[in-house]
Amino acid sequence: MEEVLFFVSALGALGGALGVIAMRNPFYSVLALIVHLFSLASLFLLLTSAFVAAAQVVVYAGAVMVLYVFVVAYVGGGGESAWEPIPGQRLLAPLLGIALFVELSIAVLSSSLLALGTDGPDVPAGFGDPAAIGRLLLEKFLVPFEAASILLLLAAVGAIVLASNRRENEEAR
Amino acid sequence: MTTEWFVVLSALLFATGAMGILIRRSPMVILLCLELMLNAGNLALVAFSRMVGNGQGQVFAVIVMVVAACEVVVGLGLIVAIFRRRLPLNVDDLRELRG
Amino acid sequence: MSATAWAWLVLLFPLLGSIVIGLGYRALPAKVAGLIGTAAIGLAFVCGIGALLSLLGEDPEARHHASSLWDYASVAGLDIKLGIFVDPLSVFMVLIVSGVSTLIHLYSYGYMQSDEGYHRFFSYLNFFVFSMLLLVLAGNFVLLIVGWAFVGFASYALISFWYRRETATRAGMKAFVINVVGDIGLVLAAFLIFRELGSFDYGTVFERAPEAFTTNEWTITAICLLLLVGAFAKSAQLPLHTWLPDAMEGPTPVSSLIHAATMVTAGVYLIARTHVLFELAPTAADIAAFTGLATLLVAATMALVMTDLKRAIAYSTMSQIGYMIMGVSIGAYSAGMFHLMTHAFFKALLFMAAGSIIAAMANDQNIDRMSGFGKAMRFTSFTFVCGALALAAFPGSSGFFSKDEILAYAGARGGMYLIFTVLGYVGALMTAVYSFRLVFRVLHGEPCNEAQELIETGHVAHEAPKNPATGEPEDTDVGFPGPEHHIAEQSAPMRVAMGALAFGALFAGLIQIPGVDDVVTKFLDPVWEGSPLAAIEPSTLADWEGLGIGGVIALLGIGIAYVLYVARPELPGKLESRLRPLHTLFANKWYFDEAIDFIVVRPALAIGRFANRVFERFVVDGLVTGTEGTVRGAGGVVRAVQNGFVRSYALLLIAGFAGLALYFLLSSS
Repeated sequence: MEEVLFFVSALGALGGALGVIAMRNPFYSVLALIVHLFSLASLFLLLTSAFVAAAQVVVYAGAVMVLYVFVVAYVGGGGESAWEPIPGQRLLAPLLGIALFVELSIAVLSSSLLALGTDGPDVPAGFGDPAAIGRLLLEKFLVPFEAASILLLLAAVGAIVLASNRRENEEAR
Repeated sequence: MTTEWFVVLSALLFATGAMGILIRRSPMVILLCLELMLNAGNLALVAFSRMVGNGQGQVFAVIVMVVAACEVVVGLGLIVAIFRRRLPLNVDDLRELRG
Repeated sequence: MSATAWAWLVLLFPLLGSIVIGLGYRALPAKVAGLIGTAAIGLAFVCGIGALLSLLGEDPEARHHASSLWDYASVAGLDIKLGIFVDPLSVFMVLIVSGVSTLIHLYSYGYMQSDEGYHRFFSYLNFFVFSMLLLVLAGNFVLLIVGWAFVGFASYALISFWYRRETATRAGMKAFVINVVGDIGLVLAAFLIFRELGSFDYGTVFERAPEAFTTNEWTITAICLLLLVGAFAKSAQLPLHTWLPDAMEGPTPVSSLIHAATMVTAGVYLIARTHVLFELAPTAADIAAFTGLATLLVAATMALVMTDLKRAIAYSTMSQIGYMIMGVSIGAYSAGMFHLMTHAFFKALLFMAAGSIIAAMANDQNIDRMSGFGKAMRFTSFTFVCGALALAAFPGSSGFFSKDEILAYAGARGGMYLIFTVLGYVGALMTAVYSFRLVFRVLHGEPCNEAQELIETGHVAHEAPKNPATGEPEDTDVGFPGPEHHIAEQSAPMRVAMGALAFGALFAGLIQIPGVDDVVTKFLDPVWEGSPLAAIEPSTLADWEGLGIGGVIALLGIGIAYVLYVARPELPGKLESRLRPLHTLFANKWYFDEAIDFIVVRPALAIGRFANRVFERFVVDGLVTGTEGTVRGAGGVVRAVQNGFVRSYALLLIAGFAGLALYFLLSSS
């Protein structure tokens, strides 16, 4: 049963990924990514990480993607021309992608880390619960937690600065 | 359904995202491919967290999500600024920094 | 005070004089500068007398002192000090140099009066005297070389004193370059001496030399030959003599001081000082003697046909120095030095009188245009005749006693050296002829225009100033001769100087009459102690025989000159046309200048041109340009990577990552 779910989610993730990189219209790419994110959330559930799955859906698919939708709607998006100015890029890119995948797979599959071949240990009931994550965030990873919040603040300020109307050298829009 | 499957899937998604960055020209789509790669990383992290049996990988994944969100915010701000200045939204056309 | 203390003072005063005049040229009025210069050398002469008296108060064997102020270098086996060596030879030279220099400074005080460069002249002149005194007082070879080089520089500065005259600057450069050739020889000799004997100090070198070398070993011969190169360049002997006639471009006091009495005698002094080395290398000494003889004869022939008054006297100097070199090379040390002394007197006097006559001729030096000055300028003519008598070795004059002493010694040494005596007398005959040729041509006869003007009006002739050699007009600003000309009759300092020298020229020989007194020989004997050659003494009878022959030859020469130039004035022209090739050879200075130009100058210039056109352009420039091109090309290649495309950067990034991963996979498997 779990394997079926795994393969379905995996296909969804992969399909979404391919859709992102293949679609001409950026809007469709955004939609493909949303599909990909949902599939990933179900994969997280398979790994008994409930909180991360929820965060993925709420934060990522919910907030970040909405942001993307806004901007794509604002900016619009046309197609891209077929001509490639950098010689060899069209050839090397897939090659490198395949090479990368093969190398990483070899690294994983022939690893001497034996635990990779197992399902993992039996976990207690509250594994992956918000309570567990919250406890970890506030006890062991307090500093990264606070740093992340500062980062968020900086990002917000930065975005405002970047996108603000500079009156001196900006034509009225 | 061992951990290996998840990690190999993560590798595949990562490679896909990398390929996408190399061939797409619209900054929007490049940012989306970046999201792909980040999420692939997240998947690997959570898989390893399950393999080890403590929640540290999941916390790491949450923080990664925060970072991704910040980076998206800034990146989209950049795109909006470029668009506002009537510059072409094409990574190949924005190439003034060169030798 | 000790002799060495006096010697240091001798060095101090001219140096101070030079510096004070040189730095204060704006502040000091001209007359004061002249007085300071003359007084400085006068004080040096007084200190020289002090050193002499101090030496005379000692035992003859103990009359040599070394003294040093500080060490230059005492590491790694070197031990070079700022040291002087005071012994009869150096004191003798000091007295001659400073004495004659004082009189010449006095002469210049009057002669150079209207020259714009008056201060510069006295500063240079004082510096020259300082360098010459340093040369003769030096106690080791390093300081000798320092003095030698300074003298060369001072000579250059003074020859091209009227520096806006192109002929003068070229002459100065020529003198300097040839002197540098001599310097090279001297420096190499010093190196060899150090390598063989381990020291530069005179005392040590002369002590160790007889033990370290066998006679005529090639090293000592090489050392002596190199020393000879230096001596010949400085003393204008064949073949390094071509600078001396050109050096007459300098003012007359310069010719009188440097090219008669002092600088050109440096070579003679050098050979006398290093006589120990030369006695160990008889081959080199013989070469020196024959070169001196050759110079003697060749220069005398050239003087016979010269039409430029100063150049004729210059060739006479060359010839007389030939006598001296010959003398000190064959062992007649005291005789050679005595001739140096008398020659200083009468040659300086001749130049001074010539300067006075040239001034009366408004700087024209051609004797073809001069005549009858005997009536126009009594004092100058009198002194000129005194000098000529001494030069011709007229019986009783100083030159008579000194020159024939050398030839008598050669006779006493016997064997091959009789050649020197015989040919020396031939040279003496020519000397008498050419010296009285000058006397009769310039002083005798109907007064020329300038002389006539002088007799009638008492004014010196005044033409527009021009270069006597090329005839180009010049102005009298700095770098050219001054507007006025000063003759002895109108200038008291000049008369005093010339009078003193005339006295010396006539009577200085009386201190060395054979069999009666030999002041110079007795004084200088301790210097040549232990030398087998110096022990050879001609008998008094041989001496008087030599003097007799010399006197007869001198009178004969004067008689021939009288016949040629007074009694039968058409004869010289006839002789010239009969012996035209010989005359051309002599008048063209035996083509030495042309030979040196062909052998040395042209190849050097060709090498320079080759170096510039081929080597510089292709090799050096090629290297530099090639390197630049390579770097630029490499830069261009590397620059192509920065094409501005973000995606290609990303490609490189991912490719790099893939490569790294591959490496780790392979290395861990």
